[in-house]
Amino acid sequence: MKLPVKMTINGQKTSDEVEPRLLLVHYIREVVGLTGTHVGCDTSQCGACTILMNGQAVKACTMFAVQADGATITTIEGLARNGELHPIQQGFWEKHGLQCGFCTPGMIMTAYQLLERYPKPTEEQIRHQLEGNLCRCTGYHNIVKAIEWAAEHMAGKK
Amino acid sequence: MATVAEERLFGKSIKRREDPRFITGRGQYVDDVKLPGMTYAAFVRSPHAHARLNKVDASAARKVPGVLAVYTGADVKVGGLPCGWMLPDIKVPPRPALAQGKVRYVGEPVAIVIGETAYAAKDGAEAVKVAYEALPAVSNAKKAHETGAPQLFDNIPKNQCFYWTIGDKTATEAAFKSAATVVHQALLNQRLIPNAIEPRACIASVSPATGELTLWVTSQNPHVHRLLMAAFVLSIPETKMRVIAPDVGGGFGSKIFVYNEEVVVSWAAKTLGRPVKWTAERRESFLNDAHGRDHVTEAEIALDHDGKVSGLRVKTHANLGAYLSTFAPLIPSYLYGPLLSGVYKIPAIFCEVWGMLTDTAPVDAYRGAGRPEATYLLERMMDRAARQLRVDPAELRRKNFIPKFTDGAPYQTPVAFAYDSGNYEPALRRALQLVGYDQTRKEQLALRPKGRYIGIGVSTYIEACGPAPSAVAGSLGAGAGLWESGQVRVHPAGAVTVYTGSHSHGQGHETTFAQLVADELGIPMEQVEIVHGDTAQIPFGMGTYGSRSACVGGSAIVKCLDKIKEKGRKIAAHLLEANEQDLDFAGGTWTVKGSPDKKKTWGEVALMAYLAHNIPKGMEPGLEATSFYDPVNFTFPFGAHIAVVEVDPETGAVKILKYVAVDDVGRVINPMIVDGMVHGGIAQGVGQALWEHGVYSEDGQLLTGTMMDYALPKADALPSYVTERTVTPSPINPLGVKGAGETGTIASTPAIANAVIDALEPFGLTHLDIPLTPQKIWKAVAAAKQK
Ligand code: FES
Ligand code: FES
Repeated sequence: MKLPVKMTINGQKTSDEVEPRLLLVHYIREVVGLTGTHVGCDTSQCGACTILMNGQAVKACTMFAVQADGATITTIEGLARNGELHPIQQGFWEKHGLQCGFCTPGMIMTAYQLLERYPKPTEEQIRHQLEGNLCRCTGYHNIVKAIEWAAEHMAGKK
Repeated sequence: MATVAEERLFGKSIKRREDPRFITGRGQYVDDVKLPGMTYAAFVRSPHAHARLNKVDASAARKVPGVLAVYTGADVKVGGLPCGWMLPDIKVPPRPALAQGKVRYVGEPVAIVIGETAYAAKDGAEAVKVAYEALPAVSNAKKAHETGAPQLFDNIPKNQCFYWTIGDKTATEAAFKSAATVVHQALLNQRLIPNAIEPRACIASVSPATGELTLWVTSQNPHVHRLLMAAFVLSIPETKMRVIAPDVGGGFGSKIFVYNEEVVVSWAAKTLGRPVKWTAERRESFLNDAHGRDHVTEAEIALDHDGKVSGLRVKTHANLGAYLSTFAPLIPSYLYGPLLSGVYKIPAIFCEVWGMLTDTAPVDAYRGAGRPEATYLLERMMDRAARQLRVDPAELRRKNFIPKFTDGAPYQTPVAFAYDSGNYEPALRRALQLVGYDQTRKEQLALRPKGRYIGIGVSTYIEACGPAPSAVAGSLGAGAGLWESGQVRVHPAGAVTVYTGSHSHGQGHETTFAQLVADELGIPMEQVEIVHGDTAQIPFGMGTYGSRSACVGGSAIVKCLDKIKEKGRKIAAHLLEANEQDLDFAGGTWTVKGSPDKKKTWGEVALMAYLAHNIPKGMEPGLEATSFYDPVNFTFPFGAHIAVVEVDPETGAVKILKYVAVDDVGRVINPMIVDGMVHGGIAQGVGQALWEHGVYSEDGQLLTGTMMDYALPKADALPSYVTERTVTPSPINPLGVKGAGETGTIASTPAIANAVIDALEPFGLTHLDIPLTPQKIWKAVAAAKQK
């Protein structure tokens, strides 16, 4: 049995028939072909699969594609606009917030919501909000710095 | 060494050039690769730690919609997985790619199911029925050694794979006899599970036209994969196999090895005539990625009347798991025993290691690999000794340091290593300053009556990077050389492509190597491209592990550049009608000494090398060079890490208040990148000290098989770190670099453990085994209060 799903992903409309058990993250990666969203675990711990769904950071491995029917989704590929990096992306680059890069898309999407909640976050707030995202490379030090950099530059832009 | 150019790129914190693809989601990891006609694999794995494998029934699985094939150990006709390091009298158990006759750990692959989709393959795997006959199992290395313990292999009595020693037994016994103080301590160095955030994955595809097998695999060393698989497992010429390790999401050792899955998937792709992909679920990573550490140790340290260490005696049972992973025997032997002298002058050391087979996942190199085990032991013992002698732990270390040696003459330890250069006191002094040691000690005393318990943990460590040279490694049992390759091609318009045998899976080689080359040649970085990770492009190379990329891989590139510059100089001299000796080379230009107008630029020389219209007589056209650099020795970074923690005795919770790292990794190409490695290393070491533990039940069930049970370090449990460096160049390589990939992991576990035990001093506690979880601390404090 297959069910129809429609979404808007990074501004593009998608329409497919999928198995009801297909995970949203597999829909995004395998069906739509956007491989920037990663899979790092099977128990909703690592956050590598984090995307924005209707403006909320969610773990795309933790829901079915059919549950996202009608949703508006932003993945890491949709964050830069007109070739210009989003300040969070820029911050990760400036502050060396990544090494292997595997956790990075999820970290950036989580940071997006974090900065909406706390436009001027303290270090403690950043660390607390990152609780659902694992990085094995950076020890988080520079990820915190990257998000602080982004906060400063986003404030400047407003 | 390069001459000092106007603005050196060497030593600059340059932003990484690989980052734009990663921060926009355009990296290409193995699981991102999709081939036409690709099929998907799932593995059936043993739920038993030890069982006879009576029957595998795939009939139902074959009928599952979308399932294309099921293969078992009886079908897959390939050689067993080889072990690449032998020790004297080692007993090597056979390791089939799919289990045959018996299973020996939970998660051991029993069958492969191939489907049109990953979901279909998994459905099929669930439908495979396996008849097991459970056998008694053993998971603990020491228990496996006992008489009557379950036997994994009939021909390996008492499950003892090897017995290995290093050092002088007689001298050590004498040292203990005449010691003023002897401290004994039993220590556990718990099993760790690596958990790179990218799970392992592979895709195999055989070209029907050429018969060539292409394997995309999450590998730290694509040529090692090709060599071992082509020669020992698949028995095909290396020319018929190409290994590509594209973007790889962290390794930490776990992606060095040849595993069952890539072998079986390669065979299946050939048999089926279609590409096959397998991507591990995290559950499978926990069960079948090679684990790390897992030592049960008895240690004794002897000191004389002046508080000088006079001897060290170590007995370790090292858990190797059920089979020998690719480099398993090396880790608890030559990467462990020789580190036991640390940064201290210890006249006599004797270390015995029993390598034990148990019904658990294979154990191999995990970040640090042997060196963290040795360092934890030694640094814990130094603290135990300091406590017993009632002297300051920093002071005891200082008193025992090997004095400065930086003139090129090595320091010979009693356990085989000859350190390249060292100057240990300044790093400790600086770390003590940065942490505010004396002040913190005062605060510690002042807070105790208020019921607050602060602890300070010092760790002064040594690390050994870039195992070498190949001849010595060979005599010690290596199945491979330990050199590295580099190839530099200068193109006619002057751009440069560098092919390196090193592999980056987070290290940032595309940046640091380009920096190095641009610096040496005096050309812009934009002119330099780095290629790695594809056996069809790079010369045979050994890959990245053991913090070897800069010191061995980087040096190989420098050797190429030397050849290129030499040829370039000849061409420039010829064009300028000058003597070679009369030319200066700086900023990418050869200039005649004393006549700055007479010059030839890099681009002019490169072009002429290819036009070949006017080059010296007898010279071959072209401008490229290959080098295989075999270092004469390891390099030995060192440093001092200090942690300040607060322990809440009511809950057992540990809070890290401050963490200071002063490392000496020799000369540094890109400080930003080195700092990043140190941060990540510290976090992994803190993970071992406080949270991480791969726990098997006595009968071999993995109790920490998900990220919910295995506590990886998270952002909110870690502090920001203070990092600084001293610089003691290595005299053994042309760059003076030492290596930085593992220092943090090696140093931080004992720093944190020592800090926690220090905090618990008022409760009379002298030792607790890592990980120092709240539960463990709370129990120990409660028990101590009862007394
Ligand atoms: S893949 Fe979604 S949380 Fe790990
Ligand atoms: S950068 Fe490798 S996991 Fe975060």
